[in-house]
Amino acid sequence: MDFSLTKTENLFLQMIKDFAENEVKPLAAEVDEQERFPVETVKKMAPLGIMGIPIPVKYGGAGGTNILYSMAVEELSAVCATTGVIVSAHTSLCAVPILEYGTEEQKQKYLPKLASGEWLGAFGLTEPNAGTDASAQQTVAIESGDNYILTGSKIFITNSGYADVYIVLAMTDKSQGTRGITAFIVEKNFPGFSVGKKEKKLGIRGSATCELIMENCVVPKENMLGKLSKGFSLAMKTLDGGRIGIAAQALGIAQGAMDETVKYVKERKQFNKPISAFQNTQFQMADLETRIVAARLLVRQAAFKKDKGQAYSVDAAMAKLYASETAMEVTNKAIQFHGGYGYTREYPIERMFRDAKITEIYEGTSEVQRMVIAGALLR
Amino acid sequence: MNIVVCIKQVPDTTEIKINPVTGTLIRDGVPSIINPDDKAGLELALSLKDSFNAHVTVITMGPPQAEDVLREAYAMGVDRAILLTDAKFAGADTLATSHALAGALRKLDFDLLVTGRQAIDGDTAQVGPQIAEHLDLPQVSYLEHLDFDGKKTFTIKRRIEDGYEMLQVDGPCVVTVLSGAYRPRYMSVSGIVEAYSKNVEIWGFAQIDVDEKDLGLNGSPTRVHKAFSRGVKSAGQLYEVDSTEAVGIIMSKLKEKFII
Ligand SMILES: Cc1cc2nc3c(=O)[nH]c(=O)nc-3n(C[C@H](O)[C@H](O)[C@H](O)COP(=O)(O)OP(=O)(O)OC[C@H]3O[C@@H](n4cnc5c(N)ncnc54)[C@H](O)[C@@H]3O)c2cc1C
Ligand SMILES: Cc1cc2nc3c(=O)[nH]c(=O)nc-3n(C[C@H](O)[C@H](O)[C@H](O)COP(=O)(O)OP(=O)(O)OC[C@H]3O[C@@H](n4cnc5c(N)ncnc54)[C@H](O)[C@@H]3O)c2cc1C
Repeated sequence: MDFSLTKTENLFLQMIKDFAENEVKPLAAEVDEQERFPVETVKKMAPLGIMGIPIPVKYGGAGGTNILYSMAVEELSAVCATTGVIVSAHTSLCAVPILEYGTEEQKQKYLPKLASGEWLGAFGLTEPNAGTDASAQQTVAIESGDNYILTGSKIFITNSGYADVYIVLAMTDKSQGTRGITAFIVEKNFPGFSVGKKEKKLGIRGSATCELIMENCVVPKENMLGKLSKGFSLAMKTLDGGRIGIAAQALGIAQGAMDETVKYVKERKQFNKPISAFQNTQFQMADLETRIVAARLLVRQAAFKKDKGQAYSVDAAMAKLYASETAMEVTNKAIQFHGGYGYTREYPIERMFRDAKITEIYEGTSEVQRMVIAGALLR
Repeated sequence: MNIVVCIKQVPDTTEIKINPVTGTLIRDGVPSIINPDDKAGLELALSLKDSFNAHVTVITMGPPQAEDVLREAYAMGVDRAILLTDAKFAGADTLATSHALAGALRKLDFDLLVTGRQAIDGDTAQVGPQIAEHLDLPQVSYLEHLDFDGKKTFTIKRRIEDGYEMLQVDGPCVVTVLSGAYRPRYMSVSGIVEAYSKNVEIWGFAQIDVDEKDLGLNGSPTRVHKAFSRGVKSAGQLYEVDSTEAVGIIMSKLKEKFII
């Protein structure tokens, strides 16, 4: 067993930390305050290959590992969780399923554009009445000549409005339940496709979260992703991979809050000493730091197993569960260490606290992660 | 067009600590970086690669671990990397360093040789000009900007104390670049992924064209008389803004330090 980073990983961290610090951090507060999607940041990440890290070189990607990808999402999220989720949803939920389930034609057509960041990707599974119970899909896809006609709506879709390609799940056979769900690659310009209302959110306020509306949306048959009726399992496996990204996002938020707190407690003086001199501060921070390092080991283990082609579904669930709850705990206590200053928007802690919450909800709530873990344990 | 860039691995002086007793640098655990002026020089070369399809070679002289800066240069987009390393080079001062580099450069074909103006550790700003002298090439130091006509002429803006000079020079020539001149690009992800599988050529004394007596300690006339550290004073920060904005900045700084 070897826990040390490779030279490649160290070089990658050097680049991504530098990029996050100089290009992403300066915009984080503004993007949050104005609820503005940071288009310019995506434009800067694209030529560097950050939008296609785990996509093979032959499809225009960087040919990197999932470990590198998780490091990217972590470091971006440490300064701006909005930017972290843009990369995560685009990569894990759109480019990767096309890579893993697409036909050669689909890969040739979509991956180079997605991996280069020329196009942005998104994933539409959730519906008003199909959240945790994703099998309760009401969007239908009806075969018609060379096409499928999709009708229905999706809610809470990350990157929507800015994305060019959406993986959309729909019922091709209502009588078959989960075995009647199929995945489609839908382009934003397909007739009958539109983006609806944009949500106003507690956190990750720069990320776009909107409704997708399909009104007799015409999708060519060659855009079916994976096999007919196999969409549910495709979606679940896609979310397994996505959870590595969200776990990395949560980990980044926790680390970002810790970095701010370490600086602050050494500077802030009360009772003639820095508050870092109080044993209460030290002991609580030791516990939080231990949680962060444990979360990072879980994230890297899940990414490592995915890289090795091993089963990683439970590992990803554990990583997401633990990292997201760590992000909540660290940001919550980080505000406490910052006192009243931490509660104001003068400091980034308040934003990090708001950003942390979503990591316990999307791509499977914490309850869902516990179901996955317990399901495997008690099988 | 062929470009060679000399890069030096230096300790990141923003993180460096001085041993208070001996007054010498504590190098242990200090991360190594590409010397900032050289990184700007790399960007100059890579921008010429982008516009004129130039072939870019980087060369560094140093111990085997100096290879890391060559990998970083690969990740930024250079085409070829050479590590100049040999026990015969050890103990070199600037003169012996420039002799060794010139010896290697005699084996390379180039239209433009780029060095940094100055290394942040040695700080002499001598190596670039010395190389130009050894190779009998025209040199332009303190480069702030360079334009290439696509044939063989470079038009160069050169910083001087209270202004700048505009010079025209034909290749092959040597330029020494200021760190502020070009903002270095980030390494690309694919460049990073491939960097450690690329070939770093290792050149020693046998591969270069130089007189052995000019190398290493024997070729180094410099003698260190005394080393001492000067008192530290923080650099301060300069803002060129109007008074309203200045008041805002001052207030936020005072709050940040908990003075108010
Ligand atoms: C900002 C944001 C971005 C999102 N991005 C996307 C996206 O890009 N694509 C996409 O498809 N979806 C996306 N979602 C949707 C997200 O995945 C769902 O919100 C999530 O899966 C929960 O579904 P729900 O909101 O309907 O909650 P519900 O399913 O109604 O859950 C409510 C509560 O009940 C609990 N619960 C439900 N069932 C059980 C059970 N069996 N046992 C125990 N507890 C249970 C849940 O854990 C939760 O605490 C996003 C959501 C948000 C808020
Ligand atoms: C007596 C003496 C003994 C020394 N012994 C040693 C020793 O044993 N080991 C040791 O590491 N140093 C040693 N040094 C330091 C070494 O001489 C200098 O670091 C080196 O000559 C470069 O000078 P500088 O740092 O002032 O570079 P500058 O002249 O300020 O650098 C200008 C530019 O030249 C180029 N350049 C400089 N050095 C190199 C290089 N090595 N490879 C590629 N390009 C380069 C870069 O582009 C740089 O930006 C010694 C110095 C003295 C005086």
